[in-house]
Amino acid sequence: MSITRRRLTHVAGQIATIAITLFGLLLLTFVIGRMMPADPVRAIVGEDASQETYQMVYERLGLDRPLWEQFLRYLGDVLTGDFGTSIRTGQPVIQDILHVMPATIELATFAIIIGATLGIALGVTAAVNKDRWPDHIVRVFSLFGHSMPIFWTGMIALLVFYARLGWVGGSGRMEQFYIGLVDERTGFLLIDSALAGEWDVFRSAVNHLILPAALLGYSSSAYITRMTRSFMLDQLGQEYMVTARVKGLSRRQTIWRHAFGNIRVQLVTIIALAYGGLLEGAVLIETVFAWPGFGQYLTNNLVTGDMNAVMTCVLIVGVIFIALNLLSDILYRLFDPRTK
Amino acid sequence: MTAATASRLPAPLLALKNILGFLWRTPTSAFGLIVLGALILTAILAPVIATHDPYTQNLDNVLQAPGNGHLFGTDELGRDIFSRLVWGSRITLRIIFLVSIVVGPIGLLVGTTSGYIGGRFDTVMMRITDIFLSFPSLILSLAFVAALGPSLNNAIIAIGLTAWPPIARLARAETLTFRKADYIAAARLQGASALRIIVRSIMPMCLPSVLIRLTLNMATVILTAAGLGFLGLGAQPPLPEWGAMIATGRRYMIDSWWLVTFPGIAILSVSLAFNLLGDGLRDALDPRQMNRR
Repeated sequence: MSITRRRLTHVAGQIATIAITLFGLLLLTFVIGRMMPADPVRAIVGEDASQETYQMVYERLGLDRPLWEQFLRYLGDVLTGDFGTSIRTGQPVIQDILHVMPATIELATFAIIIGATLGIALGVTAAVNKDRWPDHIVRVFSLFGHSMPIFWTGMIALLVFYARLGWVGGSGRMEQFYIGLVDERTGFLLIDSALAGEWDVFRSAVNHLILPAALLGYSSSAYITRMTRSFMLDQLGQEYMVTARVKGLSRRQTIWRHAFGNIRVQLVTIIALAYGGLLEGAVLIETVFAWPGFGQYLTNNLVTGDMNAVMTCVLIVGVIFIALNLLSDILYRLFDPRTK
Repeated sequence: MTAATASRLPAPLLALKNILGFLWRTPTSAFGLIVLGALILTAILAPVIATHDPYTQNLDNVLQAPGNGHLFGTDELGRDIFSRLVWGSRITLRIIFLVSIVVGPIGLLVGTTSGYIGGRFDTVMMRITDIFLSFPSLILSLAFVAALGPSLNNAIIAIGLTAWPPIARLARAETLTFRKADYIAAARLQGASALRIIVRSIMPMCLPSVLIRLTLNMATVILTAAGLGFLGLGAQPPLPEWGAMIATGRRYMIDSWWLVTFPGIAILSVSLAFNLLGDGLRDALDPRQMNRR
């Protein structure tokens, strides 16, 4: 089989895998949606509606049809981009989600920058000093970040750095009186305020972003640290490291240029996966910091039992995860010469 | 204990003793063992240790700072926080225990059958596993709890439903290494059914690594359960579940820091203990590390 042919088979196989996974994902969200105790008809028609109205809406939603037919209908709707209407806001769910997503992406992006910088620095330090005290300190420090209940650390951090010390902004994305001052163009507050030249708002936004992003970053750095350490140990144990030293290169050069240079690709894939993992922390941290993002949207809808919204949120998280897995796979193939 | 008595112990117990000994010699995992031991003792002796009734309200004595007969202060209904934490350890243990007995068997069953039968069945089962793995556990648990209705037991079921895939993956990988072994072939020649081979010959072999993996995952389970409790989807008031205690304490946080601080430290200690223990277990079972020390 020629190389192109083999590659094509591989791509086809991968597409089939993704299609099956997506199908399974939809089946899962459909089942969860059907299991929900909230009555979708009651939510639309209200408590005082007559039996006829109830029956009419019941049939219009297709709830009288067999389950497999309902599932096919759901499948068709989703494939045509119709995720249903949020019962709470009365708007198409997907529009709501697109509206809140930038806030979460802004938070997660800052968090991953902090987490990756911290994780890589600590991981390399630990590997270079294996089994000596810096290694142990890094191990305990990163396990600590991995073990803390992030909603609690968020509260304590708010208490200390905001209420007591006043170093950072409190809840929300900016000070109350700045809200509505900047036109929403991209939804990313930092970009919007910079575009509008409103530097006070920009500063306020950074002030509010820094604490939740640092906490999320710290919690995700544990995984990055551990992986960096083990990748680095693999490299440092190899003979070319000795050769490089014998050749007269400094220790710093061998560590950063040779060993670290070789693990960059693996690290990118790890960081892509960690980015997805941030979504989980975001749900909790957004609740604590009253951050108007995806996580808060999801929890609000869980509490009110808004079926369409919850199903779509879960679906989107699944899709993001599949996409990030695929992305890390592709990156690996693109940058690692051995996979060619 | 002399070498003679040690050698009389059955092999699995001896292995356990060696592992515990190894963990005990590493300071960090020894800390983990101590915390978990303390947790179990606290749960058993809760009626003795607790200084007050965890549910008795005393509206004349609300939001008292620590000290003054209340070690960790009182909450918004005048209940003693220390006693609530002590009783809450039973809920934590219940979560750990129930999740383990849900996740262990499901993971073991899916993994071993999938690995032993192989072929198309294996492909389908692993696809299903992948779908569950493509979610962060908290988000999927959230969705399940939303569907089942918020309560402690439903939270435990939801966590169980999301925590089995890594176990199944592991059990499958182990099964694949035994599948071709001679003793399996011998059992088959004797006429043993697939079910019998899986249950009698394969599952016991996978058990040790599954148990270790369960321990490793327990920190995540504790944090997910606490997170669900915090979001109001886990244990419901007045149950003294630590995450739920933080959620109610949040409103009084600015003036009464002790409401959220102590339950948080409790959650942190237990999850840290499991992580340190897991870290130690990984070292203990890695043969390269064993020789070095």
